[in-house]
Amino acid sequence: MNELISKDIKRNKTRMVKIKVEFLGGLDVIFNKERVHNLNVPKEDPVTMADLLDFIVETMIANKKDVEVFLENGTVRPGIITLINDTDWELEGELEYVLEDGDIISFTSTLHGG
Amino acid sequence: MSSKSFVYVPPSEPVNNKNVKISQLCELCHARKAILKRPKNMQKVCKLCFFHVFETEIHNTIIDNNLFYRGERVAVGASGGKDSTVLAHMLKLLNERHDYGIDIVLLSVDEGIIGYRDDSLATVKRNQKQYGLPLEIVSFKELYNWTMDEIVACAGIRNSCTYCGVFRRQALDRGAEKLGINHVITGHNADDMAETVLMNILRGDVARLEKSTAIITKSKGSPIKRSKPFKYSYQKEIVLYAHYKKLDYFSTECTYAPEAFRGTAREFMKNLESVRPSCIIDIIHSGENLVLKKKDASQTKHGATGFVDGNRCEKCGYLSSNKKCKACILLEGLEANRATISIENDSSVDGAARVMRQLEHMSF
Repeated sequence: MNELISKDIKRNKTRMVKIKVEFLGGLDVIFNKERVHNLNVPKEDPVTMADLLDFIVETMIANKKDVEVFLENGTVRPGIITLINDTDWELEGELEYVLEDGDIISFTSTLHGG
Repeated sequence: MSSKSFVYVPPSEPVNNKNVKISQLCELCHARKAILKRPKNMQKVCKLCFFHVFETEIHNTIIDNNLFYRGERVAVGASGGKDSTVLAHMLKLLNERHDYGIDIVLLSVDEGIIGYRDDSLATVKRNQKQYGLPLEIVSFKELYNWTMDEIVACAGIRNSCTYCGVFRRQALDRGAEKLGINHVITGHNADDMAETVLMNILRGDVARLEKSTAIITKSKGSPIKRSKPFKYSYQKEIVLYAHYKKLDYFSTECTYAPEAFRGTAREFMKNLESVRPSCIIDIIHSGENLVLKKKDASQTKHGATGFVDGNRCEKCGYLSSNKKCKACILLEGLEANRATISIENDSSVDGAARVMRQLEHMSF
């Protein structure tokens, strides 16, 4: 996939925002059981959290039935905690937050038993 | 796909430290950046202040309700999940900080669910080392001669939570009894409690409704009391606490389907919470203040509810409101259906649920 993206760079001269995304609390099951993903998200305009959610759904969730485990009504499903650099995204503007290089975004499910 | 040994990987430490605006400061210390808005009161707090208030609130709950006495031995019901892992960590911390003088033991129940409980027990065993606490494991197999995998193979997947719930409750008591401990502490949190209140209202279960918000429960005649120090703690804050403290917990959904009714109630609560975060504590508050009309004397005399506290099961001697306890009734049903011929060393039912799950997800 990295190759594809780098070809894409040459063609469109788009830039990337480099971030780390983590799926915790059991959420990794819908992401090939991989908790940590280093991502290069193509950017033309500033990349927001809303763009990141689209990117995750389009490129990272293999089984489309699993999308509803992650999203509901166009945003992260209630019961999943979203942190931007360890700060609750409620305090960072949620979907409007503009990603920067080096950001760490984590999604932690609280929906399973304790 | 054997259960690969699970290695704990802590969440990454953020590297992007940006300039903090005044509006982003913690409302308690006014010095550091706020990292969360507390759901119960919408207060914005930083990581260190969060640790302090969260720990202090639980300490206050323990003190206000006289949960422990000096010299008491307590068993923490430990599943390896987020709630019980934070509970074990928290009790050890508070016991040292505030000198409660209690003796803490971890008590786990092995239901016999391959691909789920074996992995979570591995987490408990790591916690045992991390916290330096003794651990006792009681298993369904040794207590009832049935594993959950065998029960599901025999009785089907639909009632799995009923069997598991009844047996687990009893297993915790029996484990405590074995250790000579009279106090079992569980990690039930505010979300669990609000969910239970809601379910009892929706089911019209009046008998349970009044009791469902008690922080300490004890059946008449039973030496074992149960308590819930996280009664007022939000699940979200428990998970965040575990995240920030980098506690090693196990998080995989049980391989068996969750009870549909509870699942729906939980989803409903989560949706309510996203609109009005205080609703969880509000539901508990309503539950606590709900006083039901006294029953007619004539009704109670005849035991209209059929509920007698302090009875013992005629078969196993365990506390039961009826002649036979629920576990024995379930076991009788199971025994009647157990295959009469068995293959030596047959392991075909081990992990049956996991196979079923995999089959469900297969498609052409």
